[in-house]
Amino acid sequence: MPMTDQDGTAIWRRRTTGQSMLQWFGWLIGAAVFFYCWQQISEATTWFFVFDAPRIAADIWTRATPPKWEYITQLGRPIWDTLNIATLGTLIALCFAVPVAFLAARNTTPSALFVRPIALLIIVATRSINSLIWALLLIAIIGPGVFAGVIAIAIRSIGFCAKLLYEAIEEIDAAQVEAITATGASRWQVMIYGIVPQILPAFAGIAVFRWDINIRESTVLGLVGAGGIGLQLSSSLNVLAWPQVSLILLVILSAVILGEWVSAKVRGAII
Amino acid sequence: MLTLKKLVKTYRTGDQALKAVDLDVPEGQVLALIGPSGAGKSTLIRCINRLVEPTSGEVWLSGTELTGIGSGALRRTRREMGMIFQEYALVERLTVMENVLSGRLGYVGFWRSFTRRFPQSDVDEAFRLLDRVGLLAMADKRADELSGGQRQRVGICRALIQNPKLLLVDEPTASLDPKTSRQIMRLICELCSERGLAAIINIHDVALAQMFVQRVVGLRHGAIEFDGPPDALTPDVLTAIYGEEDWEATIEKVEDPEEAIEAVG
Repeated sequence: MPMTDQDGTAIWRRRTTGQSMLQWFGWLIGAAVFFYCWQQISEATTWFFVFDAPRIAADIWTRATPPKWEYITQLGRPIWDTLNIATLGTLIALCFAVPVAFLAARNTTPSALFVRPIALLIIVATRSINSLIWALLLIAIIGPGVFAGVIAIAIRSIGFCAKLLYEAIEEIDAAQVEAITATGASRWQVMIYGIVPQILPAFAGIAVFRWDINIRESTVLGLVGAGGIGLQLSSSLNVLAWPQVSLILLVILSAVILGEWVSAKVRGAII
Repeated sequence: MLTLKKLVKTYRTGDQALKAVDLDVPEGQVLALIGPSGAGKSTLIRCINRLVEPTSGEVWLSGTELTGIGSGALRRTRREMGMIFQEYALVERLTVMENVLSGRLGYVGFWRSFTRRFPQSDVDEAFRLLDRVGLLAMADKRADELSGGQRQRVGICRALIQNPKLLLVDEPTASLDPKTSRQIMRLICELCSERGLAAIINIHDVALAQMFVQRVVGLRHGAIEFDGPPDALTPDVLTAIYGEEDWEATIEKVEDPEEAIEAVG
């Protein structure tokens, strides 16, 4: 106990002496591990390349500027594809995420013993694999193109949306549900009157948040051949066409800013 | 009309919330259920409409036994029991009108309720009830824009539009200020006598209960400790229900406010 008695006054400290010693010892071990790792990384680094880095970066910067503005005529279609991959992928994901979330939430699942673990497995499985890897798998199955990108984004997003949504369902006010149940409403009526109004703001927030993330993710899907602007990025990088690369990066940046702006507006409107 | 026979509820944790409660509520009687926190008041009224499943015993409502019936029949009998809650339990993001009409869900099919196309007679009744409780102008407001007293009035409308035979009222005034508490209690009791409804009202405020009801039942540790008229609540009785305390002030208070109200009226 950190309470001690000294000359009749009760002294209180946050930790006992033993606990403070233990804490200092913990910090000591942490520092030792840090310096050991630093040394290992340092030995494995070719320092010549690192010292050279500012010069190379400056070289690439001079090659990449100014961006090749006339190349923009070829980017309209790919960035439109990219936005479509993100939007369609998000919509498809939401169609699957909503039922999965209701099956996974403790207070709405029909069976906590059988159905809930399956729903949780779907959530974990779809979430644990990056959309780039889903795209690689899907290109092998359904061939390269935008469709593979849409499905990759959709699968990756199911788990994400379902997880956030089922947490929102578990946090609803049970009294409102109880009140609707007490009127003699059926199971589905309880759902649409007692539960849906409570999770609607969370649902809208999750949907635009995931859409926002998907715009960023879909820009790189083209790197593996799943459509969108990443295709142009990868071919430009392959031929070292730095002015094109810088223009593509600018276009991606503006698409992401647009996505941020829309989702901020939507979130502002629902709260 | 409502009869409880040896009603027992034991929670999974082993807590016995109700120990063989027998209770008989005749038609049109307003009954206050008093008792300390954790005495089983909430459990008792939730066992009647089976929001909480009783462990054993029987619940009879106008000749139907409720503990054994299937889910369809249960929904039909729930329509006959309106419920009013402590924290109002309105669906916050729906409008006042939608909240009132949600009391008709037991009578309306899924698609009509989904598209909010309630029968005109229900809508008429909703307007009539909102007018009766003085909230007609608020019909289009969202429930979370209202004050506590207004929300409880909406809760009362939602219970009454069910056209119930019995009201189950769980701490209707616990979140309200003293004046609003009295107005709400008066409103509930007036509406009960207008419509000849029976009601079971869980209430903490003994003085408030004595002011408005015809019969008081005291619950302690899940068993009925007292059952009688409000003026039979003596300090000894209150001690039996709640435990040792100086009760003179509580009972005296009952007399004063009543006189004060009459003086004002």
